[in-house]
Amino acid sequence: MDKTALILFVISAIAIVGIGMIFSWIVAPKSKNAVKEEPYECGIPTKGTSFIQFRVGYYLFVIIFLIFDVETVFIFPWAVVMKSMGMTAFIEIVIFFVILGLGLLYAWKKNALKWD
Amino acid sequence: MNIYDFKSLTDSIHTSLSVNLSPSAVTIIEFIIIAFAFMMLFTLLGLILVYAERKIAAFFQLRLGPMRVGKWGIAQTAADAIKLILKEPLVTKNADKFLFNLAPFIIILSTFMALGAMPFAKGLHALDFDIGILYLTAVSSLGVIGILIAGWSSDNKYSLIGAMRSGAQVVSYELSVGLSLLTVVVLAGSLQFSEIIASQEAGWWIFRGHIPALIAFTIFMIAGTAETNRGPFDLPEAESELTAGFHTEYSGLKFAFFFLAEFVNMFIIAGIGATVFLGGWMPFHIGNWEGFNRIMDFIPSLFWFFGKVAFLIFLMMWFKWTFPRLRIDQLLRLEWKYLLPINLVNILFMAFIVLMGWHF
Repeated sequence: MDKTALILFVISAIAIVGIGMIFSWIVAPKSKNAVKEEPYECGIPTKGTSFIQFRVGYYLFVIIFLIFDVETVFIFPWAVVMKSMGMTAFIEIVIFFVILGLGLLYAWKKNALKWD
Repeated sequence: MNIYDFKSLTDSIHTSLSVNLSPSAVTIIEFIIIAFAFMMLFTLLGLILVYAERKIAAFFQLRLGPMRVGKWGIAQTAADAIKLILKEPLVTKNADKFLFNLAPFIIILSTFMALGAMPFAKGLHALDFDIGILYLTAVSSLGVIGILIAGWSSDNKYSLIGAMRSGAQVVSYELSVGLSLLTVVVLAGSLQFSEIIASQEAGWWIFRGHIPALIAFTIFMIAGTAETNRGPFDLPEAESELTAGFHTEYSGLKFAFFFLAEFVNMFIIAGIGATVFLGGWMPFHIGNWEGFNRIMDFIPSLFWFFGKVAFLIFLMMWFKWTFPRLRIDQLLRLEWKYLLPINLVNILFMAFIVLMGWHF
C-alpha cells in the first residue's frame, strides 16, 4: 500500500498543477504585446541575455554541501542503531566526526567558507 | 486514548467498501478519496495560511489587515485566488518556455509529496514509511531544483540572482535541518514517524532530551525558516532589491503555485518540528498528575497536532516580522561557521547522553 501510494501522490501533484494551468489557460485573457514580453527589471530596458555564466562563489558552497550531504546520509543509519549498539557506535561516530570536522576545518582555512 | 483513533474510521470505510466491490476496485476508490482529500487540504492550507500571514503581519505593524471581503476579511484569499486564475499567464520573450512551465510542477510535486508523510492524528497518516525522515528530507530538497529552473529559465537577471541565492541557501540549511532531526532520531531509535511519536508517549523529546534536544530544536527552527525562504532569510525574493526574486516573471496561476508552495512548505517544516520535538499528536502530560493528564487526553489528537503546528507557524511568522533580512555572506556564515559545527558537537553530546542513559 505505502509504496503504491507514492505514485498516487506524484500523479495527484501533477494533476493539481496541470488542471490548474489548463483551466487558467482557458479562462484567462490572452493578448500579444511587445512590451508585455519584456523581462521586468524595474522598468529599465533589458541589456543582453540572462543566460550567462554566474559567480563561482555559489557553486563552491554547493560543492561543499555535496560532501557534507553524503556524510549526513552515513549518519542516518547510525542514528537508528545508536541506542542498541551502545559504546561501539559511539566510538565509531567520534572517529567519523573527527574526520568530518577536519574536512570542515580545511575548507574553513582555505577560505572556502568566506564570501567575498 | 482510543476514542479519537482515526483507524476505526478508515477501517469502517474500508469494510463498507469491501462489501460489494472487488479488492482492486476498493483500492482505486480509496486512492481517489485520499488524493481528493490531500488536494483539498493542500489548497485549503494555502488559503488559510496566506490569510493568517496577512492578519498577523498587520497586527505586528498595528494595522488591521484585510477587512473588506467577508467578515474580518475572511474571504480575502479566496477572492485573490480567483483573481489570480483570471490573470493572463505571461512568458518573457526569450524565456525557455518548457523549463518555465516545468518549474511549478516540480515545486508543487516536492511539497505535495512531503505533505503526504505528515502524521495528522492518531491513525490518520497516509505515507508512513520506515524511513520517514529520510524520505521527507529527500523529497523536500527537490523543491530547490524547481526554484533554480524557475530563476534560470525566466531570462531575467533578478530571477537569476534570486535563484542562485536560493540554491546556495536552501542547500546549505538542509544540512542543519537533517542533522538536528538526527539528534532526536538518536534518542528515538527510529526514522519512522509513527514510532517517533509512539516513543514520546511518556513525554515530548524537547523536555526529555535535556539541553541537546533544546539546541537541536532551536537549530531546526532557524534552518527550517531558511529552508522555506522566509523570514529573515528571504533573500531569494528580497522585494526591495530583486522585486520578487526567482518568480518575478511568473504571473497568474503559476505565480500562485509558487506562493502556495511556500506556505505549505512552512506547514511541513512546522509539522516535522511538531512531530519530532513536540510529540506529534500526543497530548501534553505532566509527570504523575493523573487528573490533568486525563483532561488532556480528552482533547482530540487532531487538535493537538494542528495546535502545535499553528504555534510553530506563528513562531516563524514572528521571526519574519521581527528580524531584518540577512546579507548573503551573513547567511552563509551563520550556517557554515556556527550552526553546522554546533550541530555536529550537539549530536555527539546527545549520543553520549543516550550512551550513559541520562535522558528521562
